[in-house]
Amino acid sequence: MNPKDLATTAKNSWCPGCGNFSILSAMRMVLAELDSEGFPVENVVLVSGIGCHAKIVDYMNVNSFYSIHGRTLPAASAIKIANPHLKVICFSGDGDSLAEGLDHLIFAAKRNIDLTMILHDNRVYGLTTGQYTPTSPQGFKGKSTPTGTREHPMNPLELMLVSGASYIARGYTHGIEQLQKLFKEAILHKGFSFVDVLQVCVSYNNQYENYNKWTYTVQGNDDSSFEEAQKIIRSWNYDRSEVPIPLGKFYEIDAERFDQSFPEYRPNLSEIDSKIKTLLENFI
Amino acid sequence: MDNFSTLIGGIAGDGINEAGLTVARLFSRLGYHIYMYYDYPSLIRGGHNFSLVRASRQKIAAHMDQIDVLIALNQETVETHKSRLKDSSFVIYDADKVKLDDTMHRGFGLTITQILKEATAPAVMKNSCIIGGYCKVVGIDWPILEDVLKKHIPKMQELNMQVARQGYDQAVQFCRIDRSADSHFKKQTEEPIITGNQAISLGLIKAGLGAYVAYPMTPSSSVLDFMARYAQDFGLKVIHPESEIAVMLMAQGFAYAGVKAAVGTSGGGFCLMTEGLSLAGMAEMPVVVVMAQRTGPSTGLPTYTAQSDLHFVLNAGQGEFPRFIVAPGDAEEAYYWAGVALNLAWKFQVPAFILTDKIVSESQYSFDIDNAGDLTSERKEQASQAPLLWDGQGEYKRYRYTDTGVSPLAFPPQKGQVIKTDSYTHDESGITSEDPQITRETCDKRQRKGQFLAADLERYETVKVFGNEKSKIALLCWGSNKGVCMEAALKLGLRVIHVLVLSPFPERKLKSALQGVERVIAVECNSTGQLARLAGFHGIKIQAQDRILRYDGRPFSVEDLLAQLGRALA
Repeated sequence: MNPKDLATTAKNSWCPGCGNFSILSAMRMVLAELDSEGFPVENVVLVSGIGCHAKIVDYMNVNSFYSIHGRTLPAASAIKIANPHLKVICFSGDGDSLAEGLDHLIFAAKRNIDLTMILHDNRVYGLTTGQYTPTSPQGFKGKSTPTGTREHPMNPLELMLVSGASYIARGYTHGIEQLQKLFKEAILHKGFSFVDVLQVCVSYNNQYENYNKWTYTVQGNDDSSFEEAQKIIRSWNYDRSEVPIPLGKFYEIDAERFDQSFPEYRPNLSEIDSKIKTLLENFI
Repeated sequence: MDNFSTLIGGIAGDGINEAGLTVARLFSRLGYHIYMYYDYPSLIRGGHNFSLVRASRQKIAAHMDQIDVLIALNQETVETHKSRLKDSSFVIYDADKVKLDDTMHRGFGLTITQILKEATAPAVMKNSCIIGGYCKVVGIDWPILEDVLKKHIPKMQELNMQVARQGYDQAVQFCRIDRSADSHFKKQTEEPIITGNQAISLGLIKAGLGAYVAYPMTPSSSVLDFMARYAQDFGLKVIHPESEIAVMLMAQGFAYAGVKAAVGTSGGGFCLMTEGLSLAGMAEMPVVVVMAQRTGPSTGLPTYTAQSDLHFVLNAGQGEFPRFIVAPGDAEEAYYWAGVALNLAWKFQVPAFILTDKIVSESQYSFDIDNAGDLTSERKEQASQAPLLWDGQGEYKRYRYTDTGVSPLAFPPQKGQVIKTDSYTHDESGITSEDPQITRETCDKRQRKGQFLAADLERYETVKVFGNEKSKIALLCWGSNKGVCMEAALKLGLRVIHVLVLSPFPERKLKSALQGVERVIAVECNSTGQLARLAGFHGIKIQAQDRILRYDGRPFSVEDLLAQLGRALA
């Protein structure tokens, strides 16, 4: 399969230079590659929230559930539980999953449900034209915080680590090969995989210069170690501090999954009828 | 005796609900129909709980204020309920906890503490002991109680039986209920006794439910409990997630993947679901919502009843989209219409509500599944109520325009096809569009589904008429007030019109039910007359003085409604 086969006729409305283009191409390439390797693309379901990121499902000729702001994960969880053979990939934004839908994110990690979450982390609300988000640095001057935010950002990877996510990585939209590698690993990982993508918003929070200067890819780290992953993750806290920003896979373990806990047995209609009859006798 | 009411009261944690059920089962074995109202405050230990068990030779779905026997586990029970006693009533009580001013010699104190102590039985067994005594008092033979206890109290059975027997032996007979030997008494087949919530669960399961998702909230929680308990038996996927917001989205994830799902909640939880409800409207996702009303606004009275969310459910969610709402009046209707709601949700790809209240949800009813309505024939693949599935021909479009507005369904994976659903306004293939023509067309599509749904409902008995069908005075009711209205109407020779389906509103059927009626009296558990208002939108005017409204969290009793009707008709 050619990645171009995964395009749709929808007109792309992202700004020129938007980091989302890298995520889109990387994901098309990964899904095409997986299709050739025996993971047919019709078994993939994409779920998005609302925000610039979410338009990605309109641009991919793949099964999709374009959901509402912050609510990718509950819809995705049920799709996975309904049919465990499906690969369910969520696209979400930092406002989407870290503000409006934070509870769902923590619970998805806590359940270690077999889903992939790609966080388009541009650290600004783009579609509502420039407000601070949970990962904007303190002092960020947005339309809702003209004198700068008073609060510090949250570190979503640290949150995911302590919540129970079993695959944690960070990519950057200027590193499309790394994004492909991480996306593929995350999709093939069994359990809740979380990829934070430093996605540059050219219109409201252009961080290219900053990211180009400070990002580096971790090498030789023990990704099965919670402590080591925590140390790497904590080395940059999303604030304005001038420190190196690690990229790459930080953590991957094998853990029990929520989606494995459901009955596969399904009685037929006559069995249902006889079970109802028996059950009612217990209520006499 | 045509009717016999027993009230058992004690503190929360005494197992009053279960004790009431035991009494109910005794009468069921004697061939009576049962209705049990369970009254409890919102706490776990302490506070006053009572079960009011009414046994009748007729099918009933309402309680009476007056009682024949009071079973008192504490003094508060006597003080709270002594006004319910008639001259002929009897009180059986825990002699160590209760002082009874027994000038009428119509009471008996059991030495429960001593009996339990001698048997070295735990305190919780006082229920078995006092029900043993109760059976003697009302003349229910020991083997009947033995049978009920054996079947329903498997834990420490011998000890339970022993203390029950002690209670039975110690008490004195006051009357004789057991009329099974009386040739005039036609014994019914023993019927199961279930709550409305259990009936809803069974109806959904019967109609092919695959998943149930809910966050606990009284009075809907017992649906979740039931589904979780029987999940393995019926192959159900039951999830209790982080919030009602997640619940509503999960239901739609299931629907997208082809699994029939239902959710359950009460008003406060439903507030959180409205965001997802609107998604279901736009994305045309079939989802069944069990919406069990309690007293509001806000936290209100968590464990008490109301019918004050009708207009909320009618209008919840931004934008315009069709929805199905049914309000069953008893367990049999709850079973049948839950199944119908699931079928209709999938046939029309709309949200479908089973709107109950604390009374329908948590009261216990004798349940005759054969009398409840046929859900079996509708399950056949070619049944008229089956969902419209894609025929596999050509390119699949999730939102293909059709005459009925209903687009064929397909579920992933489909080789060579994509299935796209969208919360935005979207084109036929499910891709976002802001085109004005598509916006109008998709809106028309949704409205056409609503019209098609309304036409389809003609085949159902969406409005029921009971009582004196020639009476010029009609009681108009919905939901749990069906039972009490039927009884009051029977006594006063009135007509009863019970509106089961509230959306799409069965205007034609209601107007036909009202033929010859000169005065309509609305009977509702809210302070404004919500059904009366809804009927008003459809040209059926009900005067303000012709609304009998109860909004103290408690259901109408037969006596209460009769008294209020007496004043209204005077």
